[in-house]
Amino acid sequence: MAAAEMTAAPLVDLDVVDATLRAALDAGGEWAELFAEDRESAGVVFDEGRVEEMNSGRDRGVGIRVTAGEVTGYAHTSDLSARGLADAARTAAAVATRQPRGGTMDMTSLGRVALAEPRVAVLPASIGAERKVALLRAADDAARSAHEAVTQVTARYGESRRRIMVANTHGVCAADDQVRTLFSVGCVASGDGGLQTGRETVGYTVGWELFDDHDPAELAERAAQRAVTKLAARPAPSGEVPVVIARGGGGVLFHEACGHGLEADLVRKGASVFAGRVGSQVAASGVSLVDDGTMGPEWGALAIDDEGHPTQRNELISDGILTDYMWDWLRSRDEGRVPSGNGRRQSYTHLPMVRMTNTFVTNGDIDPADIIADTPWGVYVAHLGGGQVNTATGDFVFGMTESYLIEDGVITEPLREGNLIGNGPQVLLDIDALGNDFAMGSPGTCGKDGQGVPVGDGQPTLRVRALTVGGTAA
Amino acid sequence: MSERRQYDTDELAQLARQVCEHAQGSEQIEVCVSTGRSTTVRAYRGDVESLRSGHSAAIGVRVISHGRQGFASAGSLDADVVADTLAAARSNVKFGEPDPHQALAEPDDVAPPGLDLSDPAVLSVPDADKIAAAIDLERRCLSADPRISGVRVAAWSDGWSQSALASSTGICVQSEHGSCSVGAQPLATDGDETQIGYAGDAARRPDELDIDRVVAESTSQATGQLGATKPPSERVTVVLAPPVAAAFIGVVASVLAADSVLKGRSPFADRVGEQIADERLHVVDDPTDPTTLGAANFDGEGLAARRNELISAGVLSGFLHNAYTARRSDTVSTGSAVRGTRSVPGVGTHAPVVATGNIAADKLYASVGDGVLVRGVSGLHSGVNPTSGDFSVGAWGHRIAGGQLAEPFREATIASTLQRMLLGICGIGATAEPLAGGMSMPPLVIADVALSGV
Repeated sequence: MAAAEMTAAPLVDLDVVDATLRAALDAGGEWAELFAEDRESAGVVFDEGRVEEMNSGRDRGVGIRVTAGEVTGYAHTSDLSARGLADAARTAAAVATRQPRGGTMDMTSLGRVALAEPRVAVLPASIGAERKVALLRAADDAARSAHEAVTQVTARYGESRRRIMVANTHGVCAADDQVRTLFSVGCVASGDGGLQTGRETVGYTVGWELFDDHDPAELAERAAQRAVTKLAARPAPSGEVPVVIARGGGGVLFHEACGHGLEADLVRKGASVFAGRVGSQVAASGVSLVDDGTMGPEWGALAIDDEGHPTQRNELISDGILTDYMWDWLRSRDEGRVPSGNGRRQSYTHLPMVRMTNTFVTNGDIDPADIIADTPWGVYVAHLGGGQVNTATGDFVFGMTESYLIEDGVITEPLREGNLIGNGPQVLLDIDALGNDFAMGSPGTCGKDGQGVPVGDGQPTLRVRALTVGGTAA
Repeated sequence: MSERRQYDTDELAQLARQVCEHAQGSEQIEVCVSTGRSTTVRAYRGDVESLRSGHSAAIGVRVISHGRQGFASAGSLDADVVADTLAAARSNVKFGEPDPHQALAEPDDVAPPGLDLSDPAVLSVPDADKIAAAIDLERRCLSADPRISGVRVAAWSDGWSQSALASSTGICVQSEHGSCSVGAQPLATDGDETQIGYAGDAARRPDELDIDRVVAESTSQATGQLGATKPPSERVTVVLAPPVAAAFIGVVASVLAADSVLKGRSPFADRVGEQIADERLHVVDDPTDPTTLGAANFDGEGLAARRNELISAGVLSGFLHNAYTARRSDTVSTGSAVRGTRSVPGVGTHAPVVATGNIAADKLYASVGDGVLVRGVSGLHSGVNPTSGDFSVGAWGHRIAGGQLAEPFREATIASTLQRMLLGICGIGATAEPLAGGMSMPPLVIADVALSGV
């Protein structure tokens, strides 16, 4: 049914696309691109045992990008009339006319908007609101029933549908229909030592079928348990400690430790510690890192990137050796290579840049139980929060939202929250055990230069010889 | 898809009022509409890297009926979109669940501060001047120190926005304002080592931008970190440099918002009137000071913005309220509703200010003896839990030894809890240093914080 609903009607009439791009070249552009976006979103917030808010939003607009040499002009508008788009094209071209290049049009593919295969079984918008509320209420009930210490529960449901169309004067003309569905539940538990929190989130590039595989009540019980467990948590250690990261819980480590540093825009400006290191050993042998936008229903999956190029599986580190960076159109043009499908933007108001999609470390061959048993003392991180990296130095932090002490090869007491800090290049070399239990983690939003895009990450259970744990205990 | 219409703020207010007039019976409608335009220029290697500009429009409609709330928004003011948005908000309200305190703000008798914030100076800056400003910023960073090897970002941005908010309870306010900003991320290199700095400024008028400070701060951050090493783990006295102090106070202010208090998510619930911080600490939220970009005549529900005391001599004065949290707490709104056009009003600060203390700038390090100066933090979103108060962030800066600023450190964390850090404040600088957007902040000295490194 969804295939029929996800029509291939272009967001902007092809005659108007043609006229707009011609206007950009006529005004002095060397190359021009039209990016059109139509985004619908809806959400329900369930807090304090009731539906607090139901919301919905709609956005339509176009961004016109014009380049001449190294200069890029960009204009965005929500006025989708032919005249509005022509005005935007001339505005975008204005900065480029400082050095007019006289571009040529290859519009041979303009009549064939390639719509990616639909991957959505049931559009969330086709489901009645009462069913969404029922899931939230079930989560609230489950969390509150899970433990008497649970004092507050927030459950959120969100859906989005983003239709995009990209056409440029080098013959790209493609469209995609991206549907994502998200469910999260957060609990507060209250005890003698104060308040603690636990959260669980699932989100995939799928429709309502998300709930065929994920039971909100089970997620709520896990979130509740996480909060309650932390009531008894002791302060985390302070200083360098061996750290075991549970499968799926720590992909953000690689997103921060090296993912951003492998983005070609940062590499090109010398703002990455990985600049000039292709072919060198940058990670322990056995460690392979992949960015894969084609990866099934994962949160960062896309059929095409926001420059109209198909996403693909890109191996970045192979058995410890740096093999490639990630590329958008602009940076790959300068290097005379094809884009890797990593040109993304938050919305039609933004310029695209190099971004990750689903970034993960592939399996090793060790039983995860053996990794823990082989650790005399350390920290076991079951669940990581967000992170941040300084790409110039490679120093990165990430939050541990659920962690435990490892003593004599056994997971023991829960630890309070904190950040871990490490240096990306060093941490990659310090991975001394890689499990065989690969899993993807929770959906994330990656922020870069003020733009947020959905990303996925994953890894098998692994151990880093030493990371600095930002706790308060001696 | 009609062609774009230009609105002035009177017309926006009229549009918002017209939608509110659709309210039927006991239904309440609140409409926020806005238009804006913006330009961002980035320079690289002495030329324009990119120039991005655009127009935007938005509407947010909130409907409350019998204590149920629905909200819808859209990125256009076309007549059909406006009608669809009202219909969507009404549809959404059907699934809300009643809360007896849920209602729109009613006009109160508090007069707005009457600030003139609509300086049109940014509107008259030609693109060529914006380009020149970005290129000049890059050039000045490069020439500030021979170790500056490049500038990842040198940018100019400006924007102008007009908005109106009306409600069926009789509120109708409008505003118009512009701003401009610059930001730089210079790289410093020494051998194989590269460090990056960042600084920016924002102002209502181009001639109020402090470019000298942006160049000096961003380049000294980058060069100052060259040679930095990982420090030993120990409990130390930390000096939070003004930008870090501002981030810390921002976190503290967020847990003093009544919505997190009412929902049992604030560690400071039930503590009004109690000593929650050292007696040297005084914090107010002051949107009535027109010199800051946080200045406002109205809050996000159209009530007068006002000065609110949060912490006085270390004692918690009270919480910040919007209309909903006030009604639920049997008090009045503090004019602290914060929102974008496209979201329902939350509760937050406009422009938090910390009163200066008595440590002269030239005595700051001597007053500490041994400790660390934290010039920057990372992971504020991942390492601070505003419900439990656990605080652990990545930190970099300089060591303080024998009362003097000493070698730089990096790859470390500082950790404590918000509760302990507030009580652990043991000094506040006598001089508030300028921050972006006309804000200023003195350095804060906090004792007994865990520094984690080697």
